[in-house]
Amino acid sequence: MTQGGIDAEQVKHLGKLARLELSPEEVADYTLQLEQILGAITLISAVAADHIPPTSHPIPMENVYREDIAVRGLEINDFASGAPSFEDDRFRVPRILGEPG
Amino acid sequence: MSDLTRQSAATLASAIARKEVSSEEVTRAHLDRIAQVDERVHAFLHVDPESSIARAREVDQQLAKGELSSPLAGVPIALKDLLATKGVPTTCGSRILEGWRPPYNATIVDKLSAAGVVSLGKTNMDEFAMGSSTEHSGYGPTHNPWDLERIPGGSGGGSAAAVASFESPMAIGTDTGGSIRQPAALTGTVGVKPTYGGVSRYGIVALASSLDQAGPCARDVMDTALLHAVIGGHDPRDSTSINKPVPDVVAAALNADVRGMKIGVIKQLKGEGFQAGVLERFNQSIEILTELGAEVIEVSCPHFEYALGAYYLILPSEASSNLARFDGMRFGIREDDGKDRSVEEVMSATREKGFGAEVKRRIMLGTYALSSGYYDAYYGQAQRIRTLITRDFAAAFSHVDVLVSPTAPTTAFKIGEKLDDPLAMYLNDIATIPVNLAGNCAMSLPIGRAPEDGLPVGLQIIAPPMADHLLYQVGSALETALADRWGGLLISEAPTL
Repeated sequence: MTQGGIDAEQVKHLGKLARLELSPEEVADYTLQLEQILGAITLISAVAADHIPPTSHPIPMENVYREDIAVRGLEINDFASGAPSFEDDRFRVPRILGEPG
Repeated sequence: MSDLTRQSAATLASAIARKEVSSEEVTRAHLDRIAQVDERVHAFLHVDPESSIARAREVDQQLAKGELSSPLAGVPIALKDLLATKGVPTTCGSRILEGWRPPYNATIVDKLSAAGVVSLGKTNMDEFAMGSSTEHSGYGPTHNPWDLERIPGGSGGGSAAAVASFESPMAIGTDTGGSIRQPAALTGTVGVKPTYGGVSRYGIVALASSLDQAGPCARDVMDTALLHAVIGGHDPRDSTSINKPVPDVVAAALNADVRGMKIGVIKQLKGEGFQAGVLERFNQSIEILTELGAEVIEVSCPHFEYALGAYYLILPSEASSNLARFDGMRFGIREDDGKDRSVEEVMSATREKGFGAEVKRRIMLGTYALSSGYYDAYYGQAQRIRTLITRDFAAAFSHVDVLVSPTAPTTAFKIGEKLDDPLAMYLNDIATIPVNLAGNCAMSLPIGRAPEDGLPVGLQIIAPPMADHLLYQVGSALETALADRWGGLLISEAPTL
């Protein structure tokens, strides 16, 4: 691994990918802090050789099946009450396509 | 019965079963205690006295009809606020979920309800369980009952403080890297992280799915065992739930005997970075275990020094993915100025406003570690370290029955002391993290107060997966020996507030 470091442009890009509208102060803080944190944890890069198998989960993961029996699910009202905007039995969301109308 | 809030859950349950006291009286006593001290402790985010009392009355009626025979029937409990509770506010300590009431219960909540356990409310926590001090709560910090200017540990600081301040005899926590055990250590209480898969995760808001595990918090080993037995077991609604019987933890808590047991002291977790008074208490406990007839040997787990680094890549990676669902569309708050912003703009504004600094920091760290070009070097490498740590445990457990270490490197620090230094904060979990990476079970047990500051110290006992009973056997033996010396449990020395 190269010790590339992390700069403000990368932090802004990460904020965009992570859907976080970061303030300029936050970009500055996180640039410094991510650099520090990554610096402290990169020592792991040299430890494990490629032949060591990765562990994604502490127990073996297998698909779990159940009988295909219909059961009553939640009611629409159960979801409506927790949603920021709900209309005609649906979640109402801001526009997802195109330019402002 | 004298002050109901000072009793153990086991004592309360048997008094309720014998009709010497009602669940309603016990519940009211704890609600009164909450009203009296929680303004200063801030263990709870949500309390609804009326519904708790109504539920206690129901339990009293069920008991009168002989419909309940659970060993904890009628006893109150506090629930960490990332357990989904139907119709009851569930915030995960985050402003982004302010006002949200889940449409269903976590399996744990249903199991507790079926056992006649009465919820007192939801406890404070670091936002989405990211933190070691409860200072990262979106609703203000919890204060340590031993010294209100200090942190109670985290992320489950609210659950631990509720138990330590006698606001609740027991609580549920969750432990992703130490969030049950480290607060237990810092508040002089007992906390257990069960084997990964031993307690259902259904309805627990996910932080890092391969590490998260819910477990019991209480003031003594037996209460922790009784609670573990109620919440443990297979759940078809959790695909990572282990389909085997829970080890008999209650029988193990009664079998307080370490004669002939082999106990390993982890060489890598008792030196640099550990407070002198923590090590002093730890070494004293090791001597006691030897006097009790255990054979204590030192074992080396050479890869543990890389555990923290691996954890702070794996956890943010999983968290950045899990927390993508908090987008202001289906639940919680939405930040929308009504100026025809796109869905992505509204999501970004909502997450920016709703998430606190630590959550954003870890989401960005995870996004970075998973991004193209860095994945192999960071996340992939961390997963290989995880394998090496699991192998270290397996090698150690081929020589010893259980492993021990101090639970946390220091006693409780002052509120604000480490808030601006994420790396210093992360070091709190140095001894607890390896257990989550490997999926083992572990307990933190109070072993005295550090001479330099008079604050509680915890000892961590670690056992192999599905050998949870060994934690209770060893914990109970040490607890009994210490209580004999002190003339009672350590928690009885806590300030009355």
